[in-house]
Amino acid sequence: MGKRSIVLVALVLVALAALTVPGASQAPLKIGVIQPLSGPVAASGNYIRMGAEIARDWINARGGIAGRKVDLLIEDNKSDPKEAASAAEKLIVRDKVPVIMGAWGSSMTLAAMPKLEEYGVPMVVETSSAASITKRGNPWIFRISPPSEMEALGLEQYVDKLGVKRVDFLAVNTDWGRGAISAFGDMLQKKGAAVGAKEFMDQSATDMNAQLTKIKATGGDTLFLTTAVEQITLVMKQAQEQRLGRKIVTTGGSSSPTQLIKQAGAAAEGSYHIVFFMPWFPEAMPDGKLAKAFVDEWAKRGHPFEGLTEGFRGHDGIATIAEAIKVAGKDEAAAIRDALWKVSLMGVNGPIKFEKDGPAGKESGQSKPSIFVVQIRDGKVALPDFLAKK
Amino acid sequence: MDQLLQHLVNGLVLGGTYALLGIGLTLIFGLMNVVNFAHGEFYTLGAYVAFAALTLAGVNFIVGILAAIVAGAALGWLCEVTLLRPLRNESIDTTMLVMIGVWIAMQNGELLVWGGVAKSIPHPFPTAPLVMGPVAIAPLRVIVLVLAVGLIASSWLLIHQTKLGRAMRATFQDRDTAALMGVSIGRVHAATFAFGSALASAAGALLGPVFLAYPSMGDLASLKAFSVVILGGLGNLTGATVGGLLLGIAEELGAGYISSGYRDAVGFVIIIMVLVLRPSGLFARQERIG
Repeated sequence: MGKRSIVLVALVLVALAALTVPGASQAPLKIGVIQPLSGPVAASGNYIRMGAEIARDWINARGGIAGRKVDLLIEDNKSDPKEAASAAEKLIVRDKVPVIMGAWGSSMTLAAMPKLEEYGVPMVVETSSAASITKRGNPWIFRISPPSEMEALGLEQYVDKLGVKRVDFLAVNTDWGRGAISAFGDMLQKKGAAVGAKEFMDQSATDMNAQLTKIKATGGDTLFLTTAVEQITLVMKQAQEQRLGRKIVTTGGSSSPTQLIKQAGAAAEGSYHIVFFMPWFPEAMPDGKLAKAFVDEWAKRGHPFEGLTEGFRGHDGIATIAEAIKVAGKDEAAAIRDALWKVSLMGVNGPIKFEKDGPAGKESGQSKPSIFVVQIRDGKVALPDFLAKK
Repeated sequence: MDQLLQHLVNGLVLGGTYALLGIGLTLIFGLMNVVNFAHGEFYTLGAYVAFAALTLAGVNFIVGILAAIVAGAALGWLCEVTLLRPLRNESIDTTMLVMIGVWIAMQNGELLVWGGVAKSIPHPFPTAPLVMGPVAIAPLRVIVLVLAVGLIASSWLLIHQTKLGRAMRATFQDRDTAALMGVSIGRVHAATFAFGSALASAAGALLGPVFLAYPSMGDLASLKAFSVVILGGLGNLTGATVGGLLLGIAEELGAGYISSGYRDAVGFVIIIMVLVLRPSGLFARQERIG
């Protein structure tokens, strides 16, 4: 290195130091984020990251938390449970984060959970829906996404209006899919609907004709479908090819109706979708102003519209954590955990407030998210007739 | 009975595509002795090339499929010449590792270029199903089956009726003797790999519009292709064709009459049975080649 460049480096360092002096005693608040940023479900994980970044930038634009800026440390779990566990360990041990948001899939979240207990760091779960997550007695877990049972209960009030009499199920062969079938099956049976076929498909399966042929033979009126958006597209196309002629209701909130319209076309017409965010009509959300602002900011950043139904979770997760840090008044793991029990805020989805779930003494937190039903009609996402304002 | 007919038609269509995948791999794996883990990636490549040709360039359907075949052949050729040729005298494990590398590189390349969101490939055929009594089938699937049969038949002709096909069979039977007879060994290796890859790419272009195109679609295709090759016997074209159809129908009936949760298991149980009872495959002859 020449003399001149040493001088240059020194100058840059001085300049940097000068810039950071006002906040020198105010190091940024670290929040860990674990998402699938590569691998099969990378698209979803990246949408959540984009939503989390919007929340961070909004908080910082308002002056941060008690004058301290928020900094997100984002780790990739590669859509792999093993990686999720090591990402949690890295964030806690090396980066010393006092709180984490993660880890999208139920299997990834479940894999990371023992690490939280081992080191005593709370995690806000933004997407996973397996019931077991809050039932295991891990007091460091706070979930803002609905487990399948809660989703089924949320749908209960619409069952009669949907006209569900004889129902069949088709779900991905995972904890999520199996859990959804049992939750929705119980609820629908209680409402007097007859349950016909319960069929499964492998996560990577592309040809579901065998299952559809079997379902067609039951003579039901409604098909409940639980899987990721790619498989929903395939099932809809194949159902149309086989002239299945059923009302289709998708569960899980990851169905991205906008993407379905683009990719399944006419095959998606008339289908109903349980969603946790309605970016098509943000004003109909519990906090219409916040939802609208989020949708506008998303568009301003050039993010794809179909990512919004995932992206809002990232925002709500970070907003919840920020609120907890504010309530705690310090960035220590145990203090943040205690504060999470006290937070009460409005997210893009709706009110967030944790209630106890799981074995006594070691309860996890579970918020009760808002649940909505939309329909694809005339190639557009619309509120179903029974929900549309008169 | 109505259900059975529909299941059989579904199985036949599915099996036709398995056969197409299997034939490409049986040439590469069976004849060249390369454990080609990247086979499914050429399938993905075909789907994306068809997508690019049909949506971005706006060409017609057949031209899109031809573009995919050309791209698959070209990349297959390149792959053989740059990666496999220098390793021709190495063990089967070495080339296998190289192909695993190609698999990972291609899959991540696809993710980089196209992103993780699945793409729907447009096609010009009506979506309303053709209904024959109790059986309903989409016109696109009929066309895919017809084109697959056409491709399978032309592969058979190429291997068994042309000079290149004879050179291929001779080379992989005994490379030194073939070389002494004036066969250009390098060219035959490259041509075989390119041909096998082109078939996988064609399968991707044909099935892309039926299903969806996404970066990890090749993983399942690879798995099915290996199953078909093992079922039919290494390097056996007839075996791969019949094996493909058999696997498609077995999976379909297994899912229909046993349990859809065990759909893939049915296929693998059959493979295990074949390996136990006839380890060289259902259609293996005394001599492995041609």
